[in-house]
Amino acid sequence: MKNMIKFILKKTIRMVSLLIALCIISFLLISYSPIDPIQAYVGADMMRVGPEQRDKIAEYWGLDQSPLEQFVQWGSRVLQGDLGTSMIYRRPVADIISEKFLNSIILMSLAWLLSGIIGFIIGSIAAMKKDTWIDRTIKWYCYTLASTPTFWIGLLFLMIFAAWLDWFPIGLGVPAGVIAEDVTIGDRIKHLILPTLTLSMIGIANIALHTRQKLIDILSSDYVLFAKARGEKGFVLFWRHGLRNVALPAITLQFAAFSELFGGAVIAETVFSYPGLGQATVEAGLRGDVPLLLGIVIFSAIFVFIGNLVADLIYRLVDPRIREGKFL
Amino acid sequence: MLEVNHLSISFLQYEKGLKQQQLKVIKDLSVSVHSGEILAVVGSSGSGKSLLAHAILGILPTNATTEGTIYFDGVKLTPEKKEEFRGKEISFVPQSVNFLDPLMRVGTQVRNAARGASTSAQRKAFERLRLAKDVEQKFPFQLSGGMARRVLASTAMVSGAKLIIADEPTPGMDPTVIKEALKYFRELADSGCTVLMITHDIGAALEIADKIAVFYAGTTVESAMVNDFSGDGRLLRHPYSKALWRALPQNDFLPIPGSQPLPYANLPGCLFEPRCAFATTECRQDEPKPREIRNGIVRCIHAT
Amino acid sequence: MNFLRIMTQKKSLIPKLNLRQRTLIAMIVSAIILLSVIFAGILLGDERIATNLENRNLAPSLDHPFGTDWLGRDMFTRTMKGLTLSIAVGLIAAAASSLIAVVLGILAATAGKIIDSIISWLVDLFLSVPHLVTLILIAFALGGGMKGVIIGLALTHWPSLCRVIRAEVMQLRSTEYVQISRKLGKKRWWIVTKHMIPHLIPQFFVGLILLFPHAILHEAAITFVGMGLSPHHPAIGIILSESMRYLSTGMWWLAFFPGLCLLIVVRSFDIIGENLRMLIDPHRAHE
Repeated sequence: MKNMIKFILKKTIRMVSLLIALCIISFLLISYSPIDPIQAYVGADMMRVGPEQRDKIAEYWGLDQSPLEQFVQWGSRVLQGDLGTSMIYRRPVADIISEKFLNSIILMSLAWLLSGIIGFIIGSIAAMKKDTWIDRTIKWYCYTLASTPTFWIGLLFLMIFAAWLDWFPIGLGVPAGVIAEDVTIGDRIKHLILPTLTLSMIGIANIALHTRQKLIDILSSDYVLFAKARGEKGFVLFWRHGLRNVALPAITLQFAAFSELFGGAVIAETVFSYPGLGQATVEAGLRGDVPLLLGIVIFSAIFVFIGNLVADLIYRLVDPRIREGKFL
Repeated sequence: MLEVNHLSISFLQYEKGLKQQQLKVIKDLSVSVHSGEILAVVGSSGSGKSLLAHAILGILPTNATTEGTIYFDGVKLTPEKKEEFRGKEISFVPQSVNFLDPLMRVGTQVRNAARGASTSAQRKAFERLRLAKDVEQKFPFQLSGGMARRVLASTAMVSGAKLIIADEPTPGMDPTVIKEALKYFRELADSGCTVLMITHDIGAALEIADKIAVFYAGTTVESAMVNDFSGDGRLLRHPYSKALWRALPQNDFLPIPGSQPLPYANLPGCLFEPRCAFATTECRQDEPKPREIRNGIVRCIHAT
Repeated sequence: MNFLRIMTQKKSLIPKLNLRQRTLIAMIVSAIILLSVIFAGILLGDERIATNLENRNLAPSLDHPFGTDWLGRDMFTRTMKGLTLSIAVGLIAAAASSLIAVVLGILAATAGKIIDSIISWLVDLFLSVPHLVTLILIAFALGGGMKGVIIGLALTHWPSLCRVIRAEVMQLRSTEYVQISRKLGKKRWWIVTKHMIPHLIPQFFVGLILLFPHAILHEAAITFVGMGLSPHHPAIGIILSESMRYLSTGMWWLAFFPGLCLLIVVRSFDIIGENLRMLIDPHRAHE
């Protein structure tokens, strides 16, 4: 237990150092951006804004100060948990992020589970049937999937299932023109299916190929040879020895893939106009919402960090070689 | 009980990436052992003895091809029969802890090998091999080398198999445990079990075996009763067996000069000829055929 | 006798060469695909992508294999030009990225513990934020456009290759001939240039080629969401994001062919890279 705490502490300290660096770099990058935040804030009404009003807006957002002063101000507020106010939504960034993330987390977790399960199953099948046509087909499929642009898959799904077959709506998280209270769970689910499928496509290839390789290594190990010598074979062999040994690296990998998951969500949500954090990222970038963009950068880093931390912890908690090794 | 006739094992190997080559690792090997007997196949380490065990069990890698026949209890062992028998009729005791699933408690692994009342069988076997009761809750990485070997041996005990093939069962154990384990193999044999022990440890082999097959460069050069290994070794038929016997510390402790030919050396004549003190030009011409001399089998044209 | 031997040798050589032949054929086919895309992109005239309202919204035909869009532009020409642009952007970005990877990888492995941990911290830093978010951030900071995309791609794609190079150098350092050179009093720089660089060059090229697919896919993605290349460029991301508006009109060819071609280009790079690695590093060829 003591080791565990030490481990988490070490990881967290590293994370904090990375976050601080990240804040400084992001802020520096943004402060040198040629995109005028005031113009981004005012939008199309720019023509009607006089220089006086312009200065007022700049003062309001603190844009008249030097980058260093701005950073110190922004940084000290971030330390207090205040990420500032979003320029496009005119609401606190923290609120926007939590609201959008709530939408995204459903999408992401479903896609995450789906890709993990499908990838694990087809990877296992490929390994068990190594060098047969099944294995070759799965391998080919995975390599092709890995080369496929996500947004194109999304577009294909939209064309086939929404535009052509008319099974699912074209986009958005809820039906257009319906007030929030009237949105049914059925509606939400309908709007979730295509984005989820699209997003899950990204993870499948990675997890399947990894599972396949790991399981092939396991199947050629001495302990599987001995299990065969004891008369185990086929599914029993996989269940007793294959699954046990391959599940842990697969789950770990899936947690370590939070970064791709978040990146994929940006794309999938853009294609389907799904009102999640990914779409907000794009909006913030396109419309120059600096506080929101910075907030999302920080949030995504924490998100990725948590994924990696969980991956490490699972190994430590589950693998007896690490878990019980200490008590020897 | 077990009869291996003219067994050859070769591997299809890629050499320098793209060229393929057949590598004959075991050639024309014949051994037989009756029920209730212990046969020890003795040879130096790394000479491919383990493959004999894998061939009988049918767990050779897929790029291996075998020739020859194996009979078990009068039944010819086809790949299907091997699959049917292994774990039930034929049990295998592998050589190292790597053969245990690293993520499964060893007690469970032993129980998986057992037929019928597995838990009690496992506990009995552990007790017999003087493994503490809490060992069954351990994972393989927590075992010492000797403990791991005893756990492996216990899988054979609980299986109720008629034939036990043990691959290097003794190294890493301390002498008292070796004695214990060997005694156990002996008891198994006395109760009607057949034991095929593959080892490089002649001492251990002499202690319990009834028959000894001397393995050299992919084949058995001599099969002899254990009594033939005595005195100055004059009862032995093959020069290699004699040299092996004399190399033991309690005898002359004389090393054998030279080293074994590699599988792809392709010597036309006797494989031991380059190292043999008694070699003549005839030895270089043809591979010596196995001959029966004084109730033993030997591959040497000069043997008497 | 001699003749007979040659005959038998020949006979047995045919199946042996198969693996290598397959590898070579796969690579040649991929290379031909890529080269024809590039040539098509360069040679096809701009007049085919000029607005031509008479040919609006045509379904694929012999004249317009990928159809035309709502301005009558030939989609085949647009796709080829878009892919050529993507390959060019990918090439610059991947080259810059692998250069960063090599320099940092060698530094990490040779310049002492402190530098090593700083670089490993840098690797962590660049992996701590999802690539796409970093790309958006950098694109934003540079005001969008091609410069932003290239710099963004170059800055995000080096960490994995950097780790590979570092491990490779570490292993080289422990080899005997490097140890001997060191004992002979050779300068660090001499060892790096004489013993390490020659071994690293193949690694570098394979890493470079394998970076391409990622770079191109990310370029297309960032352009697709609107933070990348500007709409005047004939980029695949632009074409696909425009096609979104016409999804419900049944003009499936607008999205289908450009995306499929992008897939083929990415896959071709992947095949070349993987096979090259197999030829260079036969230990991994058994996979």
